[in-house]
Amino acid sequence: MAKITYITSDDKIHEIDVQNGLTVMEGAVQNDIPGIDADCGGGMACATCHVYVKEEWLDKLPTKEDGEEDMLDMAFEPKKNSRLSCQLVVSDDLDGLTVDIPSKQG
Amino acid sequence: MNKTDALIIGAGPTGLFTAHQLKLIGLDCEIVDNLDKIGGQCIELYPDKPIYDIPAVPECTGEELTNNLINQIKPFDIKFHLSERVDEVKKEGDNWIVKTSNDTIFQTPNVIIAGGVGSFEPRKFFVKECEKFENQSIFYSIKDKKMFEGKTVSIFGGGDSALDWAVELSKNSKVNLIHRRDDFRGAQATVDKVKQLANEGKINLFTKFQMTGIKGENKLESIDIKSDDKEVKILKTDYVLGFFGLIMQLGPIANWGLNIDKKTIEVDTEKFETNQKGIYAVGDICSYPGKLKLILSGFHEGALAARACFKLARPNEKYRFEFTTSSKTIKNRLGVKGD
Ligand SMILES: Cc1cc2nc3c(=O)[nH]c(=O)nc-3n(C[C@H](O)[C@H](O)[C@H](O)COP(=O)(O)OP(=O)(O)OC[C@H]3O[C@@H](n4cnc5c(N)ncnc54)[C@H](O)[C@@H]3O)c2cc1C
Ligand code: FES
Repeated sequence: MAKITYITSDDKIHEIDVQNGLTVMEGAVQNDIPGIDADCGGGMACATCHVYVKEEWLDKLPTKEDGEEDMLDMAFEPKKNSRLSCQLVVSDDLDGLTVDIPSKQG
Repeated sequence: MNKTDALIIGAGPTGLFTAHQLKLIGLDCEIVDNLDKIGGQCIELYPDKPIYDIPAVPECTGEELTNNLINQIKPFDIKFHLSERVDEVKKEGDNWIVKTSNDTIFQTPNVIIAGGVGSFEPRKFFVKECEKFENQSIFYSIKDKKMFEGKTVSIFGGGDSALDWAVELSKNSKVNLIHRRDDFRGAQATVDKVKQLANEGKINLFTKFQMTGIKGENKLESIDIKSDDKEVKILKTDYVLGFFGLIMQLGPIANWGLNIDKKTIEVDTEKFETNQKGIYAVGDICSYPGKLKLILSGFHEGALAARACFKLARPNEKYRFEFTTSSKTIKNRLGVKGD
């Protein structure tokens, strides 16, 4: 279990306990947090689960797999701290992770 | 006006197999899809990836699955309307009148929505003012490259479409190629070619830049691009092209009076009918308790919706359940010899 904080673009803070093994995307979708569309259901084929992770977390997250950066090319306003939340699998190590949800997904 | 027993919206795996089921039981159908090709997500998002959970097919790629489904409906002459989006569905008497973006009109008692996660549309620039110039000086696909001759064209994107057009247009136009990072995802040979043309000064390459603004009153004059290090450049340009792939958008389906929740349409599990009589939803786009967004579920849903269509298309006939292995009528429809 890890506490994940999702900050929506209207600055609302949603603190959610997400089970290990789920993705950060699933944690948002299952808890009705708005702003993560996840159109392809985690297939790394849509870039509509894009989030910005807090800078201090960048190095602590699992590295990007082949293809994630390619998909991020298509995301809304990608930045250096952009990730696809469907590629972030929750474990105890992610306890405390904070992600900002962009104002749009596409 | 095209009259048909059932109109299918969406040529993904679900729409294709639903067409097969309709034709087997003797109903006509036509299929509309906004993509320029058949296959939905399988062909657009993962043509080369293997799928392992199609019943009785241990392994096949998205493209192979699509080709097999197309082969399976070959015996029937089914009309496809590609690169057309269904925009309107309206009731008229006992029929639905369906209108597409190309003004094709259908009259049908049955509309089957196999629309997946929505229609595939180009991703657009996020700079708001871009809308104003869309289809005049800003484009997301190219119909006639002649218009760019002798002009300055700014191309955005890092995939094959962006790179191919940068190479092609650099022959007769001044080309700026702008991409958000140093790596390109296009074919290596094209990437090399672009880099060579950039070295020769035939393409102006701006990597780690993104568009932040656009200027021009009636005519596009220039665009602002900003780098990761906050450096801003102003590029004079006549045309802007954006190649950011496709995104699925529910779009017009939201306006047809259907019960929609979280981009899916509520249906019953007997006929896969929506809250509107004669409109069904099958595949990824439908929702009911226990729905699984899998290809195999779409096949089952399509088979049941097809049977439901029979009643409205042939009100004076009774549907008879038959096996393909033993029914003469079905074998005739398939054009195979009986035994
Ligand atoms: C990367 C990835 C991997 C996957 N792997 C598997 C797997 O292993 N096994 C599995 O079972 N499933 C898998 N899936 C899911 C599977 O692809 C979908 O369940 C399936 O494609 C749904 O089919 P469909 O026909 O319902 O919709 P889609 O395939 O989405 O097709 C819908 C079509 O409708 C069109 N459309 C929508 N609205 C309109 C309109 N208004 N006018 C005209 N056209 C319209 C769209 O353009 C689209 O072509 C995967 C998905 C992805 C993204
Ligand atoms: S859900 Fe589609 S890329 Fe993450």
